Amino acid sequence: MPPTLKQLMDAPTPASAWVLEQDCADSGLEQEAVQEAMRGRIREMRGSIERGLASDAKSITGMVGWNAKGLWDAPDALQSPLLKRVQAYAMAVNEENARMGRIVAAPTAGSAGTIPGALIGVADHLGLSDEQLVMPMVLAAGVGQAISRQMFISGAAGGCQAEIGSSAAMAAAAVTELLGGSSRACVHAASMALMNTIGLVCDPVGGFVEVPCVSRNAFFAVHAVSAAQLALAHLESFIPPDEVVTAMAQVGRMMPLELRETAEGGLAQTPTGLRVTAAMAERKP
Amino acid sequence: MSLLDMIGPVMIGPSSSHTAGACRIGMVARALLGSPPTYAAIGLHASFAKTGKGHGTHLALVAGLLGFAPDDARLPQAMQEAQAAGLEVAFQDVDLGDVHPNTAQLTVTAQDGSQIVMTASSTGGGVIDVIRVNGFRVSFSGGAPTLLLRYPDHLGVIARVATLIAADGVNIAALGCTREKRGGAALLVIELDSPLSDAALAFFGGWREVEWLRMLPSVMSSPEQGDGHGVPVTVGTTA
Repeated sequence: MPPTLKQLMDAPTPASAWVLEQDCADSGLEQEAVQEAMRGRIREMRGSIERGLASDAKSITGMVGWNAKGLWDAPDALQSPLLKRVQAYAMAVNEENARMGRIVAAPTAGSAGTIPGALIGVADHLGLSDEQLVMPMVLAAGVGQAISRQMFISGAAGGCQAEIGSSAAMAAAAVTELLGGSSRACVHAASMALMNTIGLVCDPVGGFVEVPCVSRNAFFAVHAVSAAQLALAHLESFIPPDEVVTAMAQVGRMMPLELRETAEGGLAQTPTGLRVTAAMAERKP
Repeated sequence: MSLLDMIGPVMIGPSSSHTAGACRIGMVARALLGSPPTYAAIGLHASFAKTGKGHGTHLALVAGLLGFAPDDARLPQAMQEAQAAGLEVAFQDVDLGDVHPNTAQLTVTAQDGSQIVMTASSTGGGVIDVIRVNGFRVSFSGGAPTLLLRYPDHLGVIARVATLIAADGVNIAALGCTREKRGGAALLVIELDSPLSDAALAFFGGWREVEWLRMLPSVMSSPEQGDGHGVPVTVGTTA
């Protein structure tokens, strides 16, 4: 069984070392092998970011494809380079995804931009190395495992909260650890990120992982960084983290099928959404 | 779900459950068949049926049937690849009842006429759950090397199988057995910490009781294999 968030919270700092130790004891894998695989995944994430920032090629439907590059090349209106970087990186990954490009699911493909956007975005902003991201990435995975104890991590099972909520929670913990937060602070960051994502529905236009998925990754990468900021200042989630997950799972079960990745509700059922769906039905698989 | 499946797999977009998971379902079906498929009838349930086209689910299932892993760059061209490989595919929407919304049922046939019927769900993040094989209710993820063995139910078979696996130096992670009825056909599904040796498989294959045998490789991410290695190797016999 994966750990609970309470166990993670009570683990010695850094929590990632405990996650790695526990998981390798269970899987029989060498810790170094898992770390090496994570290094590979960070390289893959960088590759997706670089391709995504450089390309304005349209996705399968033409609904997205130019957003990351558009933001990246635009003047920094808010004079907030961290914000711009995090948003651009996150969308770069998800636009690569929408083009059937190569990405790292984290934890899913639809939410693949959140963790690289937040973690690699913060690291680049502060001039930190990729090697410093390896253990925070392990912690992100551990937080995902803890969430998956109670909940399938898929939009079809629990709405977007299960996907983007999980990715934001994972990213929040990772950023908190990267910036020296305690195990307790990391898990509270995750919990606050999750608490403020509960109820989010999965209503992709035409059934594609494009709208609102691409911009949603930009928003929730920033959401993760916000959670880390609060946790690093020792703010905490009033509801204990595992209870927040229980609440999310409950809301997921209450969510009607129409709002769980079937494209039968929400944005997917707007006149524009229906037009895209009709156009798509004309195409061959 | 391992740490490497939580941050991973490395995959061709756009959806971990509808693309990477679907690809792995196809990979398991190919491994169960034990030889290259020539015809596949694929039933898509609920979310797979409703939004599959937009997620490349059809392409991914076919890619998996061809033995491509989720990160294989050929995935978007799976239909052309299938044509080149002599695999014909037919899709239809089906209602499989109270199962996960991302579920597919595959009836896959090989050149020699052998056939398997498999139902599997993609439960999120690229993780799958195989729930039916040839009419037997099962539950395995393809995350470990998995031995499947069909035999006529009788006393002591499971004990002998377990003893032989131990003698091969392999540890059992999980074991499930279902049978049609007492004394009827039984299917044993054993998830292992490592694959059995060729010698052990040959020995099982030679057993009079064994009607059908498959040793499935893991289709999930691992540091050694990456993100579900290419064309799965299978060993099997069919009575």
